[in-house]
Amino acid sequence: MKLGFLVDLGLCMGCKGCEVSCKVENSVPIGMWRLRVKYVDVGTFPEAKRTFTPLRCNHCENAPCERICPVSALHYLDNGIVNVDKERCIGCAGCVMACPYGAIYIDPETNSADKCTYCAHRVAGGMMPACVVACPVEANIFGDLDDPASGISRYIMEHQGNVKVRKPEKNTAPKHFYVGGGEVNLNPLASERVEGFSLFDNITHLKHIGGH
Amino acid sequence: MVEHATAATNAVVTLDVALPGIVWGWMITLNMWAKSIATGVILVGLYLLKKYGDRVGGVKTLMPVVSFIFLNIFLLFTLLDLHHPFRMLNIFLHPHFTSAITVGAWLATILTGVIFVMAAGRLLNKLDDELYNKLLWAAFILAIPVTLYTATIMGEAAARELWQTPTELMQMALAAFIGGSAVYLVLGVGDRNVKRDLAIVLAVSASLSFIIYMGEYYFGAMKAEEVAATIAFVKSGGEYHTMFWAGQYLGYIIPVLLVVFGLKNRSQSLLALASVLALAGLWVAKHVWLVIPQLLNLS
Repeated sequence: MKLGFLVDLGLCMGCKGCEVSCKVENSVPIGMWRLRVKYVDVGTFPEAKRTFTPLRCNHCENAPCERICPVSALHYLDNGIVNVDKERCIGCAGCVMACPYGAIYIDPETNSADKCTYCAHRVAGGMMPACVVACPVEANIFGDLDDPASGISRYIMEHQGNVKVRKPEKNTAPKHFYVGGGEVNLNPLASERVEGFSLFDNITHLKHIGGH
Repeated sequence: MVEHATAATNAVVTLDVALPGIVWGWMITLNMWAKSIATGVILVGLYLLKKYGDRVGGVKTLMPVVSFIFLNIFLLFTLLDLHHPFRMLNIFLHPHFTSAITVGAWLATILTGVIFVMAAGRLLNKLDDELYNKLLWAAFILAIPVTLYTATIMGEAAARELWQTPTELMQMALAAFIGGSAVYLVLGVGDRNVKRDLAIVLAVSASLSFIIYMGEYYFGAMKAEEVAATIAFVKSGGEYHTMFWAGQYLGYIIPVLLVVFGLKNRSQSLLALASVLALAGLWVAKHVWLVIPQLLNLS
């Protein structure tokens, strides 16, 4: 089994339902994101349009984060998910430096690395990831890439020539695909980033949360 | 102009999360800087001992003591930079040997042990020459991968296109030669011939390091999109432009000039000044190179 993810960008309407459900499901601290939807505007008025791109961990088959982790806190599950053992993580941030997709962060509450795990805990229980369930237009397609009859395999076959991954030149073999993705969706350097359009960019965290 | 109005060239991010900022900061710079000195005094020290023998007898004690101090600074700040310092033990209990961090931590620990025995043995007068020589060669062999392994960590940091392992390997080696020779010059080791050798090592290493930085600065951006975007932070108008050039002048350009004048005028104080500036500039140059790729938006 090799689990993968596909987002049909032609369907995504940028509602951020996936973002919110991910945060709730995984108790992602404020200011941190396992999954986010990035808005990029293209063109000049009146010929302008807005693109929406959900961005999460790519669960690479050749994951730089897994390779650089000194204690195997980042490790592969049998189903291909790149999982995080937050209890083993030493917080060196090597994975943060290694991930070409900026998908890993140091959780300010646990001080351990964290990222999207394709909701491994839900998958283990036979459920779909929270973001898949929340998407109102079924733009998120999740399933077994090894099974030619799975929804994701069939979707990829039906959209051959229009399926892309982010930064293929990094040789990470991502297991996260996009249908209808263009340069502005998948290449962060293809769009200008102007200050003032960020969410929660100045969050203060307590030194210690929880405990007795 | 139509090329400035087409949709493809006019994409703007209008809603996104904040960039994560600098994750590896000054502590990692200090880590690399201290490690360069710790290993550099071993690499240069062996050369001095083999070439000059008893004329630099003091190096036998000085080398392991200085190395031990800077190895501990390096290890201390490595530990402090961890978000879970007490879990450092996991590197030894659950090692993952594909990681250059793991390999480096193991080698650095072994080197620190060897250097400790050498330092303690010399200070307590409990180490005979035969055993000292064996340990010296062991330290020398270990010092090579310990000084270089950070370059392989930077290579494994696949997200940071600027850090290419072959280049960084050279920079780490040169930093060690700069660190080692500069420390011996500051400490006033040896006679005029010894100092001339040290000054030449310092000047040649600094020159080569500067040339590599200039190669990256002017030509690195011509091939890779991410490198171009990263180098823009040190180009004119970039956030780290001033600091980059401060590092280049302090660490490389001025020390080389001072060495040239110092050798010509036989001025040991100029050589010592060149060394102090080189050590300070090395930290600045390393810091800029560590930080700028982290300013880039990755997704």
